[in-house]
Amino acid sequence: MSATTPTYAFAYLDEQTKRMIRRAILKAITIPGYQVPFASREMPMPYGWGTGGVQVTASIIGPNDVLKVIDQGADDTTNAVSIRAFFERTAGVATTTRTTEATIVQTRHRVPETPLAEGQTIVFQVPIPEPLRFLEPRETETRVMHALEEYGLMHVKLYEDIARHGHIATTYAYPVKVEGRYVMDPSPIPKFDNPKMHRSPALQLFGAGREKRIYAVPPYTEVVSLDFEDHPFRIQSFDRPCALCGADDVYLDEVVTDDRGGRMFVCSDTDHCEDRRAKGFTGEQVHQEAAE
Amino acid sequence: MTHSEAVATEGGFADPVFDSQAVFAAIMDAFARPGKIVDLGARATAPAPMPAAAAAFIATLADFDTPIWLDEGLGQVPGLVPWISFHTGAPLAGKPDAARFAVLSDARELLDLGRFALGTPEYPDRSATIIAVLEGLDGGERLVLSGPGIEHEAFMEPRGLPSGFLAAVARNNALFPLGVDILLVAGAKALALARTTRIRSA
Repeated sequence: MSATTPTYAFAYLDEQTKRMIRRAILKAITIPGYQVPFASREMPMPYGWGTGGVQVTASIIGPNDVLKVIDQGADDTTNAVSIRAFFERTAGVATTTRTTEATIVQTRHRVPETPLAEGQTIVFQVPIPEPLRFLEPRETETRVMHALEEYGLMHVKLYEDIARHGHIATTYAYPVKVEGRYVMDPSPIPKFDNPKMHRSPALQLFGAGREKRIYAVPPYTEVVSLDFEDHPFRIQSFDRPCALCGADDVYLDEVVTDDRGGRMFVCSDTDHCEDRRAKGFTGEQVHQEAAE
Repeated sequence: MTHSEAVATEGGFADPVFDSQAVFAAIMDAFARPGKIVDLGARATAPAPMPAAAAAFIATLADFDTPIWLDEGLGQVPGLVPWISFHTGAPLAGKPDAARFAVLSDARELLDLGRFALGTPEYPDRSATIIAVLEGLDGGERLVLSGPGIEHEAFMEPRGLPSGFLAAVARNNALFPLGVDILLVAGAKALALARTTRIRSA
């Protein structure tokens, strides 16, 4: 049997598809927060694995780009490893785990802790792009609601949270208003990351493969989390620092360490945590191990 | 083979995959940062006086889905319509509002943006992108830009804009989220003005 590997188009997608997606991306950029329909293709991975983000990345990436892929902040989890390998194989591009080295960061549900810089592009994988979808299931209706800037229902939803729980209980995919016009789903990032989108110097692109939508936030664009004067938007806070690097201004993951209730809280952003530890920062877990 | 057919088959991308990727990366950067001058390179050559940047844009983004409008000056250029057909397959638009892309060689055409597709309230993306050929992108009157993609203010000094351009842009701004998006080109250089980009005199 011949050992030749099958050859792919650069970055997998055919040129006609890239042109169609590129046109959608340009209109998404010029209408910040508006969801542009696109003819999403079937990708060699299931829906829910980031087919929208992958198609956006495939349409913008070039041979000189350096790609970073994260899944919930981590470079080494299944989704991130698979997508990184996909682009290594189909585009032959350089990849990295370092946020500062990447020209394109594709992400599932986190914005890196290291602030993004001008010239970087972040591509979000989006499951449900329509922020009004769980309030109004009909696409024809949500289209009209966006057209008429009819967002009262979203505020009612947030108000019901307050009535029921005493505070706005939405903790991820927390709706934002972009440049004072479109209400947008920031993708299921923790609301901790919402402020990072506001006037970010990086270009932010969003791809929803199953739902066939692309949207964007250009650099230096207003992204404001919805709230009320008497219930202002607040990000999550943690009552302890990262157990590995001691950072107290980051989003933490809970990691179960044994079957006797042992657990620790560590940075969700693995690159940020490794970077800090390399610089000599340590957390309580490291202190305990040193003491044992 | 007629002369125009000979011209039509020449001047496409030498490397369609990587040329179009490089051109798109520059165009995306231009729209993400209005006012920034980007170089689209001499990758595509259409019959003169179509500048290299306009040829590169069309070769990168046009296809059978994107009717193109050419203004009177460009519509009469021998070989240009066959060039577009051969390299992209894009049809000519019968009227301005049917066009996805419009290429204007006479900048005065920028004064009447309302005759192009502006999108609909439900689908504002169904709007035209206008490629306007200017004498140059520097050395003209200094204009101040603001809006998404611009940290505080950006500046541009294009040469050859018609008087009344600022008012035309302001009318386009007022339609948001509807409106057209504009790419100003000269030679191989391009500069984008999104529908959200506000312009005033310095």
